[in-house]
Amino acid sequence: MSDENEMITGIEVPIYLKYNFTAGAAPARFLSQLKEGKLTGQSRSDPGAPVYVPPRGSCPATGQPTDTEVEVADKATVQSFTIVHIPIPGNPIEPPFVVANLVADGANISFIHLMSECDNEQVHIGQRVQAVWRPEEEWDYSMDNIKYFKPIDEPDVPVEHIGKLPVTGLEG
Amino acid sequence: MKEIAIVGYQQSDAVSDAGAQNEVELIIPVLSRIFEQVGITNAQDVDFVCSGSCDYLQGAAFAFVLGVDALGAVPPIKESHVEMDAAWALYESVLKIRMGHADSALVYGFGKSSPGELPIVLSQQLDPYYLAPQWVDTISLAAMQARMMLDRGLITERDMAEVVARSRRNALDNPHAQLKGDVTADDILAEETYLSPLRRSDCCPISDGASAMVICTVEKAKAWGKPYAVISGIDHIIESHNPGMRDLTDSVSTRKAAENAGMGKGKVDVAELYAPFSHQELILTRALGLGDDTNINPSGGVLAGNLMMASGLSRIGEVFNRIVAGDAERGVAHTTSGPCLQHNLVAVLDKGEVA
Repeated sequence: MSDENEMITGIEVPIYLKYNFTAGAAPARFLSQLKEGKLTGQSRSDPGAPVYVPPRGSCPATGQPTDTEVEVADKATVQSFTIVHIPIPGNPIEPPFVVANLVADGANISFIHLMSECDNEQVHIGQRVQAVWRPEEEWDYSMDNIKYFKPIDEPDVPVEHIGKLPVTGLEG
Repeated sequence: MKEIAIVGYQQSDAVSDAGAQNEVELIIPVLSRIFEQVGITNAQDVDFVCSGSCDYLQGAAFAFVLGVDALGAVPPIKESHVEMDAAWALYESVLKIRMGHADSALVYGFGKSSPGELPIVLSQQLDPYYLAPQWVDTISLAAMQARMMLDRGLITERDMAEVVARSRRNALDNPHAQLKGDVTADDILAEETYLSPLRRSDCCPISDGASAMVICTVEKAKAWGKPYAVISGIDHIIESHNPGMRDLTDSVSTRKAAENAGMGKGKVDVAELYAPFSHQELILTRALGLGDDTNINPSGGVLAGNLMMASGLSRIGEVFNRIVAGDAERGVAHTTSGPCLQHNLVAVLDKGEVA
């Protein structure tokens, strides 16, 4: 042994664990419907119960199961947004781009997605947007089936009404 | 000090694979049954909620946070979590009530072990510099423990087989059990060894599921008008993480925890022991000094179904069930955590007054 102890600054201990992961029955259903080009949520069966998109199988407000599937529109309202100036690793989108909290028509909670085909400086809360889908042959069990949301020519939704609209846009 | 009562206990079936269900979907059916049992709507009707789970089991980060979706947490609730068996969530809840911060608590545990390779996953709870990099799995450690006991003449393979056979037969009366059957020790001994000297039947199965309990002050239990059992003592003691540092043929921490919980102050009609391996039930029985007048693991114990992070709470729940059913007046429940019975909790339950 040498007189001076060598300082150990690290050892390599790789950990590999394999899992057959399942998302859960409700998220799996959500993803299956996405593959068909449909945005769906779930709610409790009682009338007027909130609609959760994406669903996780429960109504978090009450702890009850959400056993009713609800199809929602691919039109949505901007609940909040941020302009990102940092590139996403592995993502081809060039900064600056817009990440938004969107509430689909017919849903009561928001999901996060990208906005494009817009002037970033003009994006605002209450703005109306619609999904731009990838070509059908590319659809998978993925929210990426929607490339992004783009602004549409509809009147803004007042802040107090966001997430409280009836379902629209399912007609065509 | 406030006396604390158990007023409700529910558990799911122990199944080898819960399929597509996520944690919320595992928890909701058990919680809805316990809310009905106690006569409350959801977690809004108790003062505190504490859960036990381990994200390593299913390989999902912060799964316990997602589990809160099963509670009805609007408006917000007082909630806590232990990355341990829910028996320790019960312990935290008992402290909360004793300190006067709550009069009632919901405790639940859930585990979905089927997605991973559980014995390998559990190797990562060992010390990270020496043992974990060797991937020493739980079954191998238990096999070495059994080997020591056999070699010292403390037990025989037939003693182990008798434990398994009794578990299988007792589990015939347990609707939630995964493994049950009218088998004899000879049937078990006829099996080939798996990780020598253990046979597969000496090892608990891998199970998915959840369990839940509601506890409260005795005053609250009387106000709710529910039959109850009193938690008259509870303690937990841990030993060194290094298996080489302890006598693996004994469980000193179990004995001490039982002394501190006051087990010796009366007779023990029933005992539910968390023994994931048959020889460990023999260690625990001896550490606790239990004799023929104690009914040991009438549920079949965890050899009949091992809900990681919930089966410890279930041991306490099984004793509660027998006390409120009138089958026992006093019982002891034991829970373990870590390899080779490293960390042990003992709870003593007594019959409450008739509601």
